[in-house]
Amino acid sequence: MWWRSASFILDRQQHQNRTVAPSPESFLLSSPPPMADSPLNPKSNISAYYQTRAAHHAVVTSDWLAQAQAAVGRHSDDDGSLGDDKGATPIGGGGGGGGEEEGSGKAFSVIDEFNSWRKQPALAEAVAAIRALAAVIRTSEATTMMELEIELKKASDSLKSWDTTSISLTAGCDHFMLYVTRTSALEYEDFNSAKSRLIERAEKFGEISCKARRIIAMLSQDFIFDGCTILVHGFSRVVLEVLKTAAENKKHFRVLCTEGRPDRTGLRFSNELAKLDVPVKLLIDSAVAYTMDEVDVVHFGADGVVESGGIINMMGTFQIALVAHSMNKPVYVAAESYEFARHYPLDQKDMSPARRPIDFGVPIPSKVEVETSARDYTPPQYLTLLFTDLGVLTPSVISDELIQLYL
Amino acid sequence: MDARRMSRAVPRVRQVGFFTPNTPAQQPQPQSAAPSSESPPLSDSPASNSLSPVMIPPPRHLSDNLGGRTAAVPVPGRENSGELPTVGSYNPSESVLWLDSPPRSRIGDEELSEGAESSLGWYRRSDSAKFASSLPSGGFNLSTAKHPDSVAAVEAKNPLPEQSEAQKEQASSSKPLKAKTTKAERRALQESQRAAKAASRAEANKSGTPGGAPSSKPMKQPPQKKDGPPVASSIAASERIGVDRSVEKERKKDLPPPRKQFDDESRGGRAKRRSVLNQPEARNRVELFRHLPPHKNGTQLPYLGSKFFELHEKHPAVYKVGLQYLAGDLSGGNARCIAMLQAFQEAIRDYSTPPEKTLTRDLTSKIGGFVSFLIECRPLSMSMGNAIRFLKSRIARLPLTLSESEAKTTLCSDIDRFINEKIVLADKVILRHAATKIRDGDVLLTYGSSCVVEMILLYAHELGKQFRVVVVDSHPMLEGQKLLRRLLVKGLSCTYTQLNAISYVMHKVTRVFLGASSIFSNGTVYSTVGTASVAMVAHAFRVPVLVCCEAYKFHERVQLDSICFNELGDPDAISKVPGRVDVNYLDNLTDKQKENLELLNLKYDATPSDYISVIVTDYGMIPPTSVPVIVRGYRKEYLLI
Repeated sequence: MWWRSASFILDRQQHQNRTVAPSPESFLLSSPPPMADSPLNPKSNISAYYQTRAAHHAVVTSDWLAQAQAAVGRHSDDDGSLGDDKGATPIGGGGGGGGEEEGSGKAFSVIDEFNSWRKQPALAEAVAAIRALAAVIRTSEATTMMELEIELKKASDSLKSWDTTSISLTAGCDHFMLYVTRTSALEYEDFNSAKSRLIERAEKFGEISCKARRIIAMLSQDFIFDGCTILVHGFSRVVLEVLKTAAENKKHFRVLCTEGRPDRTGLRFSNELAKLDVPVKLLIDSAVAYTMDEVDVVHFGADGVVESGGIINMMGTFQIALVAHSMNKPVYVAAESYEFARHYPLDQKDMSPARRPIDFGVPIPSKVEVETSARDYTPPQYLTLLFTDLGVLTPSVISDELIQLYL
Repeated sequence: MDARRMSRAVPRVRQVGFFTPNTPAQQPQPQSAAPSSESPPLSDSPASNSLSPVMIPPPRHLSDNLGGRTAAVPVPGRENSGELPTVGSYNPSESVLWLDSPPRSRIGDEELSEGAESSLGWYRRSDSAKFASSLPSGGFNLSTAKHPDSVAAVEAKNPLPEQSEAQKEQASSSKPLKAKTTKAERRALQESQRAAKAASRAEANKSGTPGGAPSSKPMKQPPQKKDGPPVASSIAASERIGVDRSVEKERKKDLPPPRKQFDDESRGGRAKRRSVLNQPEARNRVELFRHLPPHKNGTQLPYLGSKFFELHEKHPAVYKVGLQYLAGDLSGGNARCIAMLQAFQEAIRDYSTPPEKTLTRDLTSKIGGFVSFLIECRPLSMSMGNAIRFLKSRIARLPLTLSESEAKTTLCSDIDRFINEKIVLADKVILRHAATKIRDGDVLLTYGSSCVVEMILLYAHELGKQFRVVVVDSHPMLEGQKLLRRLLVKGLSCTYTQLNAISYVMHKVTRVFLGASSIFSNGTVYSTVGTASVAMVAHAFRVPVLVCCEAYKFHERVQLDSICFNELGDPDAISKVPGRVDVNYLDNLTDKQKENLELLNLKYDATPSDYISVIVTDYGMIPPTSVPVIVRGYRKEYLLI
């Protein structure tokens, strides 16, 4: 980072020379060393999380697919299908001597299970992970509590390392582990009753997570008043639920939707709103500052809520928050509590990179670099309130909740 | 014995330190200017010399307060009402403000119980002021000078003693009510009022003293330290002619007394008696920081060494640690805390309960004695305060059934556990957290020498991360050089610069790592002086600031500035550069010139939480807003373990 000095050209050359050698592996730096590369998502330079989102909510064009394939060119086997080819790769896992056969079987099943849940557009990724982990408990053949816990831990680790870019997946797994294993229920003398208790708890947690969206929608109604104009960015299922509930409550409001390049999730969102007869207007992403003066409230979803109280969300959130902050508009974030992650980014680059192919419509010369990051980090000072299923919180409370949860 | 004159008898306060921009009217006052030929010895020097190290001159002139006070508090003496006309020009909103300054009614109980010494100080001061007030001083802008409207102005030099007699005469004669009564009547009324007031005050004292918010009105007033004045008071005595002593003493009660403000030890009297070190004289201490205990430098070492056999109740280990504090051999929050705890541990090992005493009580008081000895040597840091609290709560929680040897081993192992868990292991956890924030190609900046930051840098280096370190340093401690040396030995690439250059280097920096002496529950970081400016510059350049601090240093206090609580360093350390004759410009000042020089060597400052991106503790990385959560949880925990 000496580039800001005048000698940046020299520095940069040196820097490049230094990094040239390990470049083929550089994408793998973020993967955790112990599990080697076995359960890794084969397309590790593309964020699976954002790919799923795109598949669910985006308006996909043909070049998008073409470019996606080009971007992952080094993997010959990819064909757009996400989970199916995973069967071969994660087997190597285990390394744990004795129960290798069983361990690999589990790893296989948990990711598979997860992927099958993930296919449902209405289901958040974290909830899919929670369901998958609950399935692990159910199908487990462990005979002691310790064994079961280890198995669960392994499953959640493999899930987490399968997609390191997804914050809500990681957070969902962590929350599940805490919720399920930190309980006095484990002190049953009888293993089977303890296990059934665990399963019960797991189901309950899954239900709570599903209900979270409803709770948030109810809580946020007080903040939508008649005649207000709401700016939304990206496709957030929680925000959609909030607006849907508001429309059902016969509130009169207007929505401005950003386009949400590159997967153009805003188009999809405006479609959904138009179905509800809510007046909606589409903006290109660069028109945010232009229209901000007519906006009353800015509403975001979140891919992850981090310890500082800030959020990680689709690219463009930060700049909208900045514009809103400078024009003194309130910025509200709707997020379920299972998206709270033990993570403290200090700046934009302080996260494991989540990349996503971008379609520019025209071929880009190879000398031109493209910023492909799929998400950005919005610091807490630009957020007004967070609507969560724990209540309406200020950003600073997030950390308090997390401390209480994890300590 | 002119009543009006006496009421003005207030020390003149020198204007130093922080000025508010809206008190420029005081500039014309020839405070330190040469032309006022005989006024310096008369008004200046007595005022500044007479203050004992711990006294703060009353924040506002008596008659300044009058406007507010006459409304709020019963007027203690008729002579004051004579001045009302001078007050009449005040605008009411300001007089409301003045209510905030200490009213006369808080003149303390201690004042009553005080010995003659402090009153001597008062006499002398009032005398000099009287003298000054009789000096003709024309062209003095009364109205502007009397409208200071901020705390800084409160501390500022007060012009009133110079008010001319003529003005006063005019003022009193213009008061119609005043003219009606005879002198005898006034005296009688005055006496009765005084009696009533004394009675009510005695009541108030019995019912308890108000808790002391430092530097504000309801200050609890410990008795004044009586070390300064003896010499000065003899001068005062010679100056005093025909002043009725008893009346004077009584009047003194009506003046706001100087404040003693050793923030922590409110039991000043006892502390004084127990004090084993000579207090350095109060000469040339900056006004705003006179409430802080003066620096005790290592020159007292031989003195303390000679007193070793008198202090037989101090354990040698504690004594040794105290000497190390005094000499400055031990510095750094953790090192000091560990040394103290280990000394206590040894003292506990050698302890045996005296007959007819219980271990719990006797040991607690013993530890209290050790602590006050250590405070004598150097003020405690917050972390040490927390550790002492832990130890005392452990002692208090010892089961009564435990035998003495068992109790002692329990305590020793508790101390070991505290050191191990709260300091050593905590540091390891912090290392691991902080290292995740160091990336290849980073440029890390650190200020001064913090042992945690040093460990982080070395740990990250061991992990094979490629980064550069910028060590920023400042006079007079130059601790950064120590750190720099240790880093260079390990093969890190470093840049060394002084604090002056901070804004130049900052734009190349990607992370700022700072240590802290303590963190308060509003997120304020209390750390080596200079830290605040580093954090501020980093914030302005949008560089993330990471403060690394063990959770045992968190404190539930709230602090907004670095004035009310701080530590003073050796003032000579900043005026002299050892070994550099060519830059010691302050060496050959005459005594008279030195009288106008005040040196301020602060040890700590408070960094507002806005400038801090993250606090790295043993509980993980938290934003500064979450400190209270840790403080709450932590308190519970260390009382229970």
